Amino acid sequence: MAEEKKAKKTVSPGVLALRKVVEDVYADARTAKAEGKLVGWSSSKFPCELAEAFDLNVMYPENQAAGIAANRDGEIMCQAAEDLGFDNDICGYARISLAYAAGKRASRKVDFETGEYVMDPNSGKPLKDENGNVVIDEATGKPKKDPKTMQPYTVLDDIHEIAALPEGREKELRLAAIKPYRQMQMPQPDFVLCCNNICNCMTKWYENIARMCNIPLIMIDIPYNNTVEVHDSNVAYVRAQFDAAIRQLEEITGKKFDEKKFEQACANANRTAQNWLKVCDYLQYKPAPMSGFDLFNHMADVVTARGKVEAAEAFELLAQDLEENIRTGTSTLPFPEKYRVMFEGIPCWPKLPNLFKPLKENGVNVTAVVYAPAFGFVYNGLDEMARAYYKAPNSVCIEQGVAWREGICVDNKVDGVLVHYNRSCKPWSGYMAEMQRRFTKDLGIPCAGFDGDQADPRNFNEAQYTTRVQGLVEAMDAGIAAKEAK
Amino acid sequence: MSIYTLGIDVGSTASKCVIIKDGAEITAKALIDVGAGTSGPARAIAAVLENAGMTKEDMAFVMATGYGRNSLDEIADGQMSELSCHARGAHFLFPEVHTVIDIGGQDVKVIEIEDGVMKNFAMNDKCAAGTGRFLDVMARVLEVRVQDLGDLAEKSTRVIGISSTCTVFAESEVISQLSMDTDKCDIIAGIHRSVAGRVTGLARRVGVREQVVMTGGVAQNRGIVKALSEELGCEIHTSPLTQYNGALGAALFAYAKATK
Repeated sequence: MAEEKKAKKTVSPGVLALRKVVEDVYADARTAKAEGKLVGWSSSKFPCELAEAFDLNVMYPENQAAGIAANRDGEIMCQAAEDLGFDNDICGYARISLAYAAGKRASRKVDFETGEYVMDPNSGKPLKDENGNVVIDEATGKPKKDPKTMQPYTVLDDIHEIAALPEGREKELRLAAIKPYRQMQMPQPDFVLCCNNICNCMTKWYENIARMCNIPLIMIDIPYNNTVEVHDSNVAYVRAQFDAAIRQLEEITGKKFDEKKFEQACANANRTAQNWLKVCDYLQYKPAPMSGFDLFNHMADVVTARGKVEAAEAFELLAQDLEENIRTGTSTLPFPEKYRVMFEGIPCWPKLPNLFKPLKENGVNVTAVVYAPAFGFVYNGLDEMARAYYKAPNSVCIEQGVAWREGICVDNKVDGVLVHYNRSCKPWSGYMAEMQRRFTKDLGIPCAGFDGDQADPRNFNEAQYTTRVQGLVEAMDAGIAAKEAK
Repeated sequence: MSIYTLGIDVGSTASKCVIIKDGAEITAKALIDVGAGTSGPARAIAAVLENAGMTKEDMAFVMATGYGRNSLDEIADGQMSELSCHARGAHFLFPEVHTVIDIGGQDVKVIEIEDGVMKNFAMNDKCAAGTGRFLDVMARVLEVRVQDLGDLAEKSTRVIGISSTCTVFAESEVISQLSMDTDKCDIIAGIHRSVAGRVTGLARRVGVREQVVMTGGVAQNRGIVKALSEELGCEIHTSPLTQYNGALGAALFAYAKATK
């Protein structure tokens, strides 16, 4: 029986709540757009509290691009950006976002005569008989596909081309054929909020969007800081930009800055951050009550809804789920935890199953990710807020970066480090070789690097990755054996 | 009674097998010049058993390694990464080894070894520069056999700079040099310098500690060994068994499994 073969995964209340928060953020933005209200696009670590004070609906292209990549549409969108003239060695998130801003959409191939989608015969899962055995096609000798799981061909479409069509069947069909998942249905922006603390290429990325869409750009520049301390002059520089951003938002919205709403948003953001950190800290338990890979999914809430009370409450629920897991000795990790690693960098979203497979086969749980400290910041007042936003992965020096990572490596008891040399982010990957040397020297743990990309599947090679994971496991084994021998 | 174990290294361009006796002595070896996804592995296994005058049943444990390691479920009792196997093989041949540089058909590995055990490693990114494939492409353009590259480089009187690290662009540079009637031997010396530079960068990422041992098929090319030695500023040790190093390591791990 199918039910006996595979028990359906149960999803905890916390995870369900977190999923709903993100769904609601997107749905609210679509509604706002339909009602003629303003919708903004923002970089992931722009001070969301400012937009919240104006009740603005804001979308996050980094989170959107990750979702598009995870839905296997990263390549067609990256290619569309390259066709617009953007180089294929700039960030995959930026390419997806720029193609989307230009109106490009991943769509389903439609037959305009019948109105039906044209199915891709190579898509779908293998067909199984009543005994659960794969059905072989006698003509080809290959497994037959389950028609229920087959997908239409993916094609590129353009909302501006569709808008220019006369009203009628083709226009309706093409609009309906745009893929229905939320990231491919995100409203176009009326303004953009850019803070370059998270990424160097962000400035030009957002400048391009503003130019392509002819909309205002609010820029907060947070320069690289070569000291661990954030000096008062740095704080003053950022504070002044907060004030300027508020004035710009007043002009764009025609509203006055609401201090009460701002204070509430700050309180929500702090509460979300505290609960996010609490959730991340449960990975210190051995074995851990969850798969660290889950944190990558929960990042969507940290990015899109940090200033909302619903996000804070959903993380509180997740913390309760994990406390229950600890109490009952269970985990969301679908295999016994044998090794614990820090996963450095953004995952390869188009290849998540391939990324996870050798980890599962070798019993490797990710128990540390740098996003824990990078987004778990709490502050009190505008000056402290400016100081907090100064500490983002791209604006801190290597000493701070190493301290963050070595801190969680020790606290979360890792046996090794798996480093994603991300083609989309050479600035980040650029200092990883030195970081690896320091991790090995300071912590005595092996590190393995692999080449990949956060959004463009063309830059990932599964066989190379699998060998590196196995090599890391064998080096961790040797390290553990050496420790035990002592 | 002696214990025999078999190590099989299925790489991207060749299949290698080694049978060892009691974890100490090489009984037989075989090499077929095609690798994963070809008839190479089966032919190499048949050849090594024939060379030893033995059957699969005589093997106490069979360990597979290399890119094709997962395709040998029918014969192999276990599989390990080529990283650990190269470390173990090199330590068997050179007990004082601390750094292994392995240049294979499609990847480059640098392995740090402590007390005979792999401690850390680095591998090339998704690029053929610095690998055996790079040399294959260059040999084809130069119309020479890849196994002659080392001898030809020794006749060089001046090293021509091949600046590009991309195989395709480097190929264009070589063609450009040929069209200017540059001596092939000088171009080959430049190609070796280019590979050595690329590999040195990877080696320094891990940290280079003597003894340094080079393994893999490319270690048979004296020109590369010389260029690498000059780039790293230290002696590079190689063995006539260099191509069998991964299979040897696998056979040693197989012995450890058989006697556990």
